[in-house]
Amino acid sequence: MPTLKVNGRRVTVDSDATLLDAARAAGVEVPTLCQFDGLEPWGGCRLCVVDMSQANWDDDWFKVVTACNHPVDEGMTVITDSDRIIETRRVVLDLLLARCPDTPLIQQWALEYGIEQTSYTPNPDPDDCILCGLCTRVCDHIGVSAISSINRGWGREIAPPFNQPPPDCIGCLACAEICPTDCIPFETSNVRRKIWGKEFEMLRDPKTGEAVITKEQAEHFAERSGVPMTYFETSDRSKRREMAKTFEKLQVVK
Amino acid sequence: MRIESRDQFEALRKQSLEIETNRKQQVLVCCGTGCLASGSKEVAEAFADEIAKRSIDATVDLFVKSTGCHGFCERGPLVVLNPQGILYTKVKAGRVEEIVEKTLVGGEVIPGLLYKDPVSGERVEQYEEVPFYRHQVRVAMRNIGRIDPTDILDAIAQGSYSGVAKVLFEMSPHEVIGEVATSGQRGRGGAGFNTARKWQSCKDAPGERCYVLCNGDEGDPGAFKDRSIMEGDPHSVLEGMIIGAYAVQANEGWIYVRDEYPLAVVNLTIAIREARKYGLLGENIMGSGFDFDIKISRGGGAFVCGESSALMRSLEGKTGEPRAKYVHSTDKGLFDLPTVLNNVETWAGIGAIIERGGAWFASMGTERSKGTKAFSLVGKVKNTGLIELPMGTTLRHIIYDIGGGILKDRPFKAVQTGGPSGGCVPEELLDLPVDYEELTEAGSMMGSGGMIVMDDRTCMVDVSRFFLAFLEEESCGKCTPCREGLKQMLHVYGRIIAGKGQAGDLELIEKLAAGMQLGSLCELGKSAPNPVLSTLRYFRSEYEAHISDHACPAGVCRELTAFEIVEDGCDGCHLCYKACPVDAITGVVKELHVIDHEACISCGACLDVCPTDTIRTFPKHELEKAEVV
Ligand SMILES: Cc1cc2nc3c(=O)[nH]c(=O)nc-3n(C[C@H](O)[C@H](O)[C@H](O)COP(=O)(O)O)c2cc1C
Ligand code: SF4
Ligand code: SF4
Ligand code: FES
Repeated sequence: MPTLKVNGRRVTVDSDATLLDAARAAGVEVPTLCQFDGLEPWGGCRLCVVDMSQANWDDDWFKVVTACNHPVDEGMTVITDSDRIIETRRVVLDLLLARCPDTPLIQQWALEYGIEQTSYTPNPDPDDCILCGLCTRVCDHIGVSAISSINRGWGREIAPPFNQPPPDCIGCLACAEICPTDCIPFETSNVRRKIWGKEFEMLRDPKTGEAVITKEQAEHFAERSGVPMTYFETSDRSKRREMAKTFEKLQVVK
Repeated sequence: MRIESRDQFEALRKQSLEIETNRKQQVLVCCGTGCLASGSKEVAEAFADEIAKRSIDATVDLFVKSTGCHGFCERGPLVVLNPQGILYTKVKAGRVEEIVEKTLVGGEVIPGLLYKDPVSGERVEQYEEVPFYRHQVRVAMRNIGRIDPTDILDAIAQGSYSGVAKVLFEMSPHEVIGEVATSGQRGRGGAGFNTARKWQSCKDAPGERCYVLCNGDEGDPGAFKDRSIMEGDPHSVLEGMIIGAYAVQANEGWIYVRDEYPLAVVNLTIAIREARKYGLLGENIMGSGFDFDIKISRGGGAFVCGESSALMRSLEGKTGEPRAKYVHSTDKGLFDLPTVLNNVETWAGIGAIIERGGAWFASMGTERSKGTKAFSLVGKVKNTGLIELPMGTTLRHIIYDIGGGILKDRPFKAVQTGGPSGGCVPEELLDLPVDYEELTEAGSMMGSGGMIVMDDRTCMVDVSRFFLAFLEEESCGKCTPCREGLKQMLHVYGRIIAGKGQAGDLELIEKLAAGMQLGSLCELGKSAPNPVLSTLRYFRSEYEAHISDHACPAGVCRELTAFEIVEDGCDGCHLCYKACPVDAITGVVKELHVIDHEACISCGACLDVCPTDTIRTFPKHELEKAEVV
């Protein structure tokens, strides 16, 4: 278990931890936008930059790295608030504010770094997508990969293939839920759900009549887990009721 | 046909060499992409026909080879006649009969086809005496133009695969790495990482298998050294890779070739097929017990696919996007297994290093940059093309002695080195010895060895914008600083060039550049500010003139520049009249011509054609002032 220093505080963490884990363990906050616990780090937003020096480097030699995906090592020194780190984060946020001038999440972060207005040319036709890639990664993570990023450079966008309702989408809403700026539109009701232009019919709990899950999602989960479909179409309320009944029976027996 | 032992290989080599020397007459027609475009295929066919026709009644033993690029493309198609060593330039198929008649049969040189030295004006007969070649030292490019790339026996006769025989039968993998370490060779693909150290890390890394890869993605605009090597001497690449594979004990390799390089793919494919046929590739190479095979992969079509982590993702069939390299690819590369990735030119040099020894290679070059390096010399120089020189050669020597000086003898302004994310080196640094460190200290870089020479008619703000625009197109868009930063950088440049720059713009650019350098994920974004910072460093006043004076000192930026014909210089040659695309020039032959400022679109076409140099540029806003007066 390597021991390292974050802003002067000594912490010991697992050898497969990242610098972000170490900073958290040391009680030091590092801002992140594209990181999500449980998803493989991606290193795209660049907000989590920190200064890092390996044990065997010269004392004053530091490298700028992203905390979310950099592995820890014995004897490392990490500094999360040097002038150049703050300045780099400021550039990142200033740039994101130009892309998404009306997005509250970005406005808040920018303000935290003293930016009220972008220094750059604001996007004439803004939306709220900050291109953090969380939606596509969560979709990959559950084994669906219905959406992906298209186009290079500034024109990058998140989209289903050919901008058509994605055939592989199971309507689980994972992308919409993970999106830090809530910019993936969807509709869901007791009967129907719609996301990425694709419509789904909801499976309803046979007992309570509540909509629980889309048929496609239940099939996907059943197939991957080997658990029968009926498990997925039972609502939480139903499950609790079942459990309560079991307890009642137990009491009677007593 | 399959070689089963070292003796058999040596015998084949001797035999090929004999065939080679017995060929009394050789006609080498350059069939590189540049020469092909100017009709070398027809020239080669005409030679073949003519020779076939005559060999019926004459006993001249001739044959035609398709040679790779000589690196002198603007004078193609090039023809070299051996053993005479005569070089003919700009040969057209229609003159082949005359060449065969006069030179091959009659032994007479045709002066009109000889190369004319632009400096001395003299005609040079011998290929090796042409200044463009005389100053070169060719290692990676040693066989280009000397062998038929599609004939493996020709390559073997020239020494190809001898290095393979040497390492397989005389050296341990450890000794191979030691020899490469002695050479001090550093990667030729950009970063200049020590080759031996890379191999050693891969060899030491745990993993049940490892791979060797060749980076032939060459995406820099205007660069063509790797293409020329793959087209002109694919065997040097294969040989280097076999040696490298033996050193790290890999059994599989890939060559990742840029999609726009079809001829390279063809010649490499032929070379691989032939090498397999002779048992130089595949199982049990030369009967040594070592197995290694190579596959070709066509590139993903994006500049960033040349970046090592993106290249490996692309080879795995995934999106070619860079990922963080906090774990080295020598530990976890292709398919998360230890991998060596080297550039085409790096691989091409390995065979020579093994054959002639690491110490020989290290005897050339500078303290920290050993050996020779290939450069693509282009832009406003008289001789453009591919050159290979010892590291440490000065820019002045390259531009004036090899390049023959600036076109039209105009003043030199700067040379841009290192590809799109390189930097511009100004006149006061012309005596800079070219090596990795010197270029970096000058704010530029070695990169892949591109050199674009610029004259006084170049606006450095405009030049930087050109490279930024290329990089903005090619940014993959994964990370914020590069994706957004390049876009915003271009916004600022756009207004400066239009004369709408604001106070504080230069400081804004500098702050953004620093954020991109420190914050970007891959080297594309990290190095993208180089053209900006190097021009700001050496040509800051030019930026300031655009912003404060609304003037482009070089007279290039259209929105800021007006043109006029100086009265007593114009001799009425009428050329500008013909060149102007919008008919803004009036005047009759032998009389003074005049530019109508209303109609003029400031394209500069007139200035480029004017033989007496009497067209002058001045800031556009002076026109308005004149009107007011
Ligand atoms: C954006 C980008 C593009 C690159 N393109 C190439 C290329 O086309 N060819 C190449 O050999 N190296 C290229 N590189 C460098 C490679 O990442 C890598 O360093 C090189 O192939 C290693 O080989 P070497 O050590 O022999 O130079 C590129 C790097 C970046 C960041
Ligand atoms: S849609 Fe949301 S989750 Fe997906 S990239 Fe954009 S901001 Fe991130
Ligand atoms: S620096 Fe540019 S090219 Fe590299 S990952 Fe970031 S966006 Fe992509
Ligand atoms: S959180 Fe680390 S790069 Fe986005």
